[in-house]
Amino acid sequence: MVGLVRLLGIRFLTWLNSLGRATVLWANAMWWLPRWEGVRLIVTQIYYVGFLSLVIIVLSAFSIGAVLALQFYTQLARFGAEDAVGVGLALVVLRELGPVVTALLFAGRAGSALTAEIGLMKTTEQLSSMEMMGVDPLKRIIAPRIWAGLISVPILTAIFNTVAIYGGVVVGVNWLGADPGGFWSGMQEGVEIYEDLVKGMIKSAVFALLVTWVAVFQGYDAPPTAEGMSLATTRTVVISSVLILATDFLMTLVFYGDF
Amino acid sequence: MRMRTIEISVGGFVLAGIIALVFLAVQVSGVNTSQVQDSYAVIARFDDVAGLRARAKVSMAGVTIGRVRSIDVDMQWGDAIVTMDILGEPGNLTTDTSAKILTEGILGARYIGLSPGADEETLADGDEIVETQGALVLENLIGDFLTNIGKS
Repeated sequence: MVGLVRLLGIRFLTWLNSLGRATVLWANAMWWLPRWEGVRLIVTQIYYVGFLSLVIIVLSAFSIGAVLALQFYTQLARFGAEDAVGVGLALVVLRELGPVVTALLFAGRAGSALTAEIGLMKTTEQLSSMEMMGVDPLKRIIAPRIWAGLISVPILTAIFNTVAIYGGVVVGVNWLGADPGGFWSGMQEGVEIYEDLVKGMIKSAVFALLVTWVAVFQGYDAPPTAEGMSLATTRTVVISSVLILATDFLMTLVFYGDF
Repeated sequence: MRMRTIEISVGGFVLAGIIALVFLAVQVSGVNTSQVQDSYAVIARFDDVAGLRARAKVSMAGVTIGRVRSIDVDMQWGDAIVTMDILGEPGNLTTDTSAKILTEGILGARYIGLSPGADEETLADGDEIVETQGALVLENLIGDFLTNIGKS
């Protein structure tokens, strides 16, 4: 019994310890605003984590928008409320699916890559050689990647939202034949810029913070072995996915909860 | 990869993001740049608002002319005080305008319907609409119906 309690204590302390190290890492890396030469590094990282994620984001967004329109249409048509397809689709995408799915895809596509890259740099002692040359790896490696994630995820979310709504239009209006006038005017009537669009973007910024933070820390903290790296990559995806979904619930509660 | 290609791709990426945001704001949320319209407040007392919410429509002849700003309860009189924002300058509603709480369709949202009166004088900012009719509550109707059956 005491052993179990002790195990719990050890677990908790380990967890607290790594949370502390992660916070210190993040704070140290983000303490300085990037200077001009830092911007080039950030641009390169945006290319890798943002631009190269475009294909997967656009494809998933289109399918999700199409599927939502199809489901909404078939159900709503039974009540003769096909006009509500537009507003339903837009609200679901802007409020929940856009930010959440983008962040999940980003964690899988870019987060794991970040962990693997930084972990490998550490394993092959590139980070320590940098320190030896007087280059701070936090500023040179970690900070640009965090900034790139923070910039890329909201942009990817905006693109995801747009493409998903376009996918919904293609299926709902062009294919199934919902009335385009009712579709768009219902959407414009029901969607509020602050309530839906801005709050969705706030969500995506928070997710960006979580994903890049977890990814960078897991890479930086990974044991320098092949096994440690594979564990760290897996952990990045698992932890950030769970964090995204849990935080999403909390933020929805705060933003839209009626209390 | 040459820096030039990377920079062009990132520029295009950011541009696509901005275009997407503008599209979402204009086409999806339907923000009009000319939406800065004046409005003034009018209050009305209802015996029962039954499910009317803040930001519900205020309409006249089926056209939206305002929104409900807030709903409070007057404990002393036991009725609800609804504050509405009416678009336009004061002077477009007569003092004997009447307000009713209506429902869109059978299951739709509650909204306030205004019917114009014939008076010469008009409502100013903060005035009260006197002639009101609260929401029809189905339970009350059924209750009345049953008592009437019982009597006859």
